[in-house]
Amino acid sequence: MSVAASPADDAAAAAPIENPAARALMRRHRVHGWEALPWLAGIAFYFAFPDYLSFGCDLLVTILFALSLDLALGYAGIITLGHAAFFGAGAYAVGMLATYNIWTEPITGLLLAALVAGVIGFLSGMVLLRTRGLTLLMLTLCTMALLEQAANMAAAYTGGFDGLPSLPIGPVFGVFAFNPLYADTQYLFALSVLFVCFVFMRTLVYSAFGQSLTGIRENILRMHAIGSPVRRRVLICYTISAAMAGVAGGLWAQTNAYVNLSALGLDRAATVLIVLILGGYGRLYGAFIGAVVYLALEHFLAQIYPTAWQLGLGILLVFIALFARGGILGLAEALWRRYSGKLSRRLRAERAAP
Amino acid sequence: MSKRMTAAFAALVISAGVAGAPGAASAQGVKIGLILPYTGPGAELSPQMDKAIDLYQKLNAAQIKPYKLTIIKRDSKAPNGVAAKIDTQELLTQEKVDVIAGYIYSPDAIASAPVVTAGKRLAVIMNAGTAFITNLSPLYVRTSFTLWQSSYVMGEEAAKYLHAKTAVVAYTDYPPGKDALNAFKYAFEHNGGKVIDAIPAGGPEATPDFTPFFQRAKNEHPDVLFVFVPAGDQATAVVKTYAALGMKAAGTKLIGTGDIVPDNMLQGMGDNAVGLITVHHYNADLDNPQNKAFVAAWKKAYGADSTPDFTSVGAWDGIAAIVHALHATKGKIDDGAAAVKSLEGWKFASPQGPIEIDPQTRDIVMNEYLDQVYKGSDGKLHEKVLATFHNVKDQCKALAIGPCAPKK
Amino acid sequence: MNAVAEIAGIVLGGLAAGTVLFIVSVGLSVTMGLMGFVNLAHGAFAMFGGYIIVLTMNRAQYGFPAALALGFFGTAALSVVLERFLYRRLYRAGELDQVLFTIGLIFIFIAGTTIVVGSEAQSLQLPPSLSGQLNLGIVHYRTYSIFLIVIGFLIALGIWLTFERTRIGGQIRATVDNRRMAESLGINVDRLFTITFAFGSGMAAIGGGLGAEFLGLDPQYPLAYLVYFLIAVSVGGLGSVIGVYYAALILGVLNFVLTLYMPKGGTIFIYALTILILLARPRGLSGGKEQ
Repeated sequence: MSVAASPADDAAAAAPIENPAARALMRRHRVHGWEALPWLAGIAFYFAFPDYLSFGCDLLVTILFALSLDLALGYAGIITLGHAAFFGAGAYAVGMLATYNIWTEPITGLLLAALVAGVIGFLSGMVLLRTRGLTLLMLTLCTMALLEQAANMAAAYTGGFDGLPSLPIGPVFGVFAFNPLYADTQYLFALSVLFVCFVFMRTLVYSAFGQSLTGIRENILRMHAIGSPVRRRVLICYTISAAMAGVAGGLWAQTNAYVNLSALGLDRAATVLIVLILGGYGRLYGAFIGAVVYLALEHFLAQIYPTAWQLGLGILLVFIALFARGGILGLAEALWRRYSGKLSRRLRAERAAP
Repeated sequence: MSKRMTAAFAALVISAGVAGAPGAASAQGVKIGLILPYTGPGAELSPQMDKAIDLYQKLNAAQIKPYKLTIIKRDSKAPNGVAAKIDTQELLTQEKVDVIAGYIYSPDAIASAPVVTAGKRLAVIMNAGTAFITNLSPLYVRTSFTLWQSSYVMGEEAAKYLHAKTAVVAYTDYPPGKDALNAFKYAFEHNGGKVIDAIPAGGPEATPDFTPFFQRAKNEHPDVLFVFVPAGDQATAVVKTYAALGMKAAGTKLIGTGDIVPDNMLQGMGDNAVGLITVHHYNADLDNPQNKAFVAAWKKAYGADSTPDFTSVGAWDGIAAIVHALHATKGKIDDGAAAVKSLEGWKFASPQGPIEIDPQTRDIVMNEYLDQVYKGSDGKLHEKVLATFHNVKDQCKALAIGPCAPKK
Repeated sequence: MNAVAEIAGIVLGGLAAGTVLFIVSVGLSVTMGLMGFVNLAHGAFAMFGGYIIVLTMNRAQYGFPAALALGFFGTAALSVVLERFLYRRLYRAGELDQVLFTIGLIFIFIAGTTIVVGSEAQSLQLPPSLSGQLNLGIVHYRTYSIFLIVIGFLIALGIWLTFERTRIGGQIRATVDNRRMAESLGINVDRLFTITFAFGSGMAAIGGGLGAEFLGLDPQYPLAYLVYFLIAVSVGGLGSVIGVYYAALILGVLNFVLTLYMPKGGTIFIYALTILILLARPRGLSGGKEQ
């Protein structure tokens, strides 16, 4: 079920030492060799597909957005259908500052986006996080819808449905300007931002704070019982998650030089939720797998069959939901456990034989 | 080994050169990237445009020669702008298209503008109606409409033809709706009328219940209720709600742009629509030889129940513009600036009557018609033209209002 | 006189809008309350039924009642098939897997409808007896709205009586309250769920058909109105028919009044109202089971 359980099982099965649980916990922090793979793939994509970099940017932004959702949903167990509220807040923060020529520097722009989204996350979280389940889902959804309506009513400033066109985004470090036709600078910038955010999040979830979040998700009553400040931790987690979603939104506005109401829409919130569940939540890399599979399938099916590509995507989602609990990574993990379980059993049998 | 390779390579190059030479029999291929929302809220509009584009190629094969058009379709999905922008970018860089065309939703054209400018290819806007879009890229040419064209004329005629003194405006709460409101209000009030209330009536993506909005309007007893909603199922709901609330008997006339009586939805509205007065640049009953031929060919190709509408004509004129640019540039349509230049001042006998591309704004100049719906002897609904207004320009840019004014 | 007419107009208009919401959402409430199944694809059944109803009327010239019956049974039959072969496998799964599954199903319905019927909007042609205005003595009002209000009331009454007075209704209530207890008492929960699921989907189909006059019908329907269905269910309380009825009517009337007098607010009111109600009563108006 959770990522915490599987390495513990492995460790217990493969190396029966005095305190396997402690050893497993220690091992979790280690950076594995394969963890370089997504980043190598990201760099390889840059060189291999220069014509696909706009799509690549969209992919990186979606990964970052899904990661931020994973922090709330996968680690703290906050089921939300309104995460685009923070994505949109970040996007509009960057977009409006740029379009009125107040602030166009991209890196500090993202920090401002994080700040705005984080504040909104903190305030709404204070009120909403007392509830759970469907009620929480609806409350987050309605809060997002309220923000969307507010942005529409302020269309004179936000551009509303038509959006803010041709945002003037300054060059990165004052040197590397964004390229409208081949999104090379945007792509590398987005990849770097994603990397920084990922490292931050990886550190966070393996810290004591992250462990307590997992505890809250798995058994909230017990965490209350052992005196963990549950509500405060959940609120902090939600705020960080919101800030990260804000960075994703700001990045989206920067790489596209555009922002409109869709940044705050249900479409976006639902898509990122689907992406994360598809990849596997509570797993860090689920966001990567989910975004790549979902977006690539959507992109290329739509090229082959523009009118009804949703059929293929729908079948995939139904299939994964029916046959792969925990998304694609869950499926992979189950297969791996089966395989490695067999292997270790055989090893043990061989060792026991003589 | 390497010598043989070189020889083979040389042979390949020579044969390719021969095939590509102008004297060869094969036609010059021209790639058109077509960006329309085939899924999402706008999906219902795309088939009408696709059909028109197919029909044009079938009927005008002789005019297109010696070129061969290849249409590459891309789905712009939900109107978030970015999907269309990625489509535009990939069509330009991967498919190396010679022309971009399409764009139903304005955000799609607005977000794509920087890419179009950087790609240096002609882009023909076939539907998106927000007035200022053509200011965003020098490579945009529009063959559809702006809401200022129809709503402005409707505002004038509400005062002059219908002798209305007061009006209530109900509009879909997004930029085309606001354009329609502003244009109507400007023209109506400059002709002695007064807009007593402006009601934003829901968003474009889902049909709202129009009852509360119309009830509010009914309570205010205006002479006319001017409505703009995007053509599609919202239009049917508008006409039905107006009829069901008994507003006609209460003395309020429903008027609007032609979007509230789209040709392909008209029969579904039933008798509720009879007598409605609208202003638009096209209806399927227009009496001119081009339109007669166009509608007859359409019905022959797609069945008697199928009817072209103004979106079809926008696409038809768009393809005609591309074909013109193709001939005018002698096939070098991939030189975007030259292609745009060849279209400035271009005149064309369209099914909607004579049209022209304004050389200053690259926007369409066309006739607007004051139409009334009536029930024909065949038991079906038709529209008759009460008055024709020639060479109507986009008033938003002509009057330099708001974002339509050129940037300083 | 004029004030009476205005108030009557508000009440009737709001009730009619609320009734459509109720008819579509009631099945969702019961199935979510019974099994805790997050069936986001509920609107897809409403669309499927709506298409059957509108197409049989427009193309096959069926009468309105016959088309409604066909829509109800056609959709119920489809839902039984899907329930038996697909939904059933996910009863014990987490709610997020259910979300993934039902969103996938929505995509399949959208694409399927686009392929089979096309992406154009379909319009419902009401029989002449239901169009126009009806004289209620003090006020003339849209006949169809009054028809909807009456039908909605009859449906709510019928379901309520079924719940309160019949054996199966008692079983449903028992299962909503405490499923394990109900199972150990020998109630066949699986069969119960199949029945309520089929019935709820059939009701959604009727709602899709009846609402087509207001809301239109095109392949985007399941996503376009999903939020409204969820709002009705969450405000009403899971598993409570009467709760959903009241919630739909209250939201319908309040939203109607607010949009009538403050149209500039757009859809803000419905969301603000939902937030306020849910913060005050997290389990919805009926205060039913905590999910």
